[in-house]
Amino acid sequence: MNKIFLIIKREYLVRVKKKSFIIMTILAPLLMAALIVAPVFLADQGQEKRLIAITEIESSYAKEITDSENIHFTIIAKEEGDLIKNNISESPYYAILDIKDTNFTLYGSQQIGLNIRKSIENQIEKIIERNNLKQAGIDIDILEQAKTNITIKTKIIDNEGKTTASNTEASIGIGFITGILIYMFIFMYGTMVMRGVIEEKTNRIVEIIISSVKPFQLMMGKILGVALVGLTQFFLWILLTVAISAIAELMFIDTTELTNGVNSIDQSVVLAEFSNLTGGIDLVKIFISFIFFFLFGYLMYSSLFAAVGSAVDAEADTQQFVIPITIPLILAFILIQPVMDNPDGILAFWLSIIPLTSPVIMMVRLPFGVDNWELILSMILLICGFILTTSLAAKIYRTGILMYGKKISYKELWKWLSYKG
Amino acid sequence: MEKEILLSVEDVVKNYGDYTALNKVSISVPKSSIYGLLGPNGAGKTTLMRIINQITAPDSGRVMFNGENLNKEHIKDIGYLPEERGLYKKMKVGEQALYLAQLKGMSYKEAIEKLKFWFEKLQITHWWSKRVEELSKGMAQKIQFVVTVIHKPKLLIFDEPFSGFDPINAAIIREEILQLRDNGTTIIFSTHRMESVEEICDHIALINNSKKILEGPIDKIKNEFQANSYEIVLNTNQLLACKEFEIFSSKENIYNLKINDGFNIKQIIKKINDKHEIISFKKEVPSVEDIFIKSVNNE
Repeated sequence: MNKIFLIIKREYLVRVKKKSFIIMTILAPLLMAALIVAPVFLADQGQEKRLIAITEIESSYAKEITDSENIHFTIIAKEEGDLIKNNISESPYYAILDIKDTNFTLYGSQQIGLNIRKSIENQIEKIIERNNLKQAGIDIDILEQAKTNITIKTKIIDNEGKTTASNTEASIGIGFITGILIYMFIFMYGTMVMRGVIEEKTNRIVEIIISSVKPFQLMMGKILGVALVGLTQFFLWILLTVAISAIAELMFIDTTELTNGVNSIDQSVVLAEFSNLTGGIDLVKIFISFIFFFLFGYLMYSSLFAAVGSAVDAEADTQQFVIPITIPLILAFILIQPVMDNPDGILAFWLSIIPLTSPVIMMVRLPFGVDNWELILSMILLICGFILTTSLAAKIYRTGILMYGKKISYKELWKWLSYKG
Repeated sequence: MEKEILLSVEDVVKNYGDYTALNKVSISVPKSSIYGLLGPNGAGKTTLMRIINQITAPDSGRVMFNGENLNKEHIKDIGYLPEERGLYKKMKVGEQALYLAQLKGMSYKEAIEKLKFWFEKLQITHWWSKRVEELSKGMAQKIQFVVTVIHKPKLLIFDEPFSGFDPINAAIIREEILQLRDNGTTIIFSTHRMESVEEICDHIALINNSKKILEGPIDKIKNEFQANSYEIVLNTNQLLACKEFEIFSSKENIYNLKINDGFNIKQIIKKINDKHEIISFKKEVPSVEDIFIKSVNNE
């Protein structure tokens, strides 16, 4: 037991001290934050105001077209317009809108931006619609008043009649993110284990270690060490993300309070709204389940990855064995969408019970509400799956690590399973 | 006087699928001896060493260590330097040696103490915080040697310990091995390099095609092996074979004779002395290499 602890310690420290680990741990939350902030920031930078000239014959839409946030329109004479068309880039205009009856053409010296075209189209459509309505004798003011917009609240009602607010969008969001995170983590850390095994095998340190510890101890030590690396990285990411968003929030509130006091009130309304949104979802249950399914999903798959690593001589040879292992995982990933469409369906149920797909699919289903017995059954089966794959993997591993220079086939692996320790 | 036996392997069989790696192999390794385990590639030496190290278990037969059935407790009493050996390239030498020593069951404090002793003895203290990838192959071999012997095992198993060493360092390591033997450690020594077997082994066993074909004290084996062979130098080159002896090789006036059954050395000398003048006459002692090649070819 003491030896396995030593192995876990080494595997953990070697990886945590690596530069790539430190960089990834710090950079990932920053990148995530950047991904969220950048579009907002860029949109905020504001586009430059475009000047568009309108020439019109045989109709009278031009005077009804109004300036928008980014576009300023001027009406010019047809002849002047034709003159400018020859050399738009020299003129102050970004584009010239030619209206002839109901034919609309936009001339520009370069490709006209999609949003500019759309915004002009929208305006003219509305103008024409209004005109048509007017001609049909319909009062536009009444029409405006008649317009409405409603939101359906969804609530979950349990057997005792207690209701909680639910939110499908939030469920989808949380299910999707946690499912994908588990998928990513299993892949990332599974391959990390595989690489570690290959490294030990190819540089022959395994020959030295194996005379003082059992192959199983070495394999489990590595798997558990990497699991701790994964958990460390995960918690550091949470910590850093919270810290970064706290700092960002602080900066955001600071500036808005200075420039515009009203905004900060909006902010707190938004925050209240958010906690409302997730009110129906048991975040604690999801968090605990996430850690569980990450850990045991990883443990189950990584033992298979370790077996693959032990059977080959170089990473390039792993393909043929890695693909069958990852098929269930990739399948689970692909089926996230159908499961979301019907989170209580038969497909969703079975995929979340079968150990090979359950880590991803159960996380996707959880925010929509899953009976406790299903969750517990899934967890128990996953633990069984872990024990089964690990015992099979251990048999392949202990033979594989000491076998060199042999092209390994599935038949060969099957034989290894029957060798006596 | 028979020496006390530290390790005995009894009728061990090991199969890998249809392939038999060891077929009823038995060896007895006397305490404080250097026991040479010889055999061509693929004979089953490595499998035997792995069984002694409990890396793999025999299908049948048993292994006795110090009078007990070999068990987990004995792991700390055995040190193994495998032929194919490596180290973590990115790890620092000291850290790594410490890790491997602790895996043998040593406490941190004890491991540090012993490592310091050995590093100083081999004059490699300044390597402590270097990364293994900065070391040459020979340097890495020294570290591997240290971590094999660090926990003072009763039995040491060296598989090709001199490969990768230059002659100077090989001599240093050989000295260390002899010293360990003198201090009471039993050593199993597997190699293809026959001259090193002659130099340091007391006992040898020869394994070929999964079977043991020869075992015993080295001088006894040598005596038995070519008991009837002699080298004789005459003043002529006209010696002819007769019913008493065969000439199996000759070079000018040097002859190698084999005495035929039913005759003894006195008769031979007398017979030759009647016709020729004998310049020298000696019993031929075969080299281990001769024994090795002959035994394997006779199989």
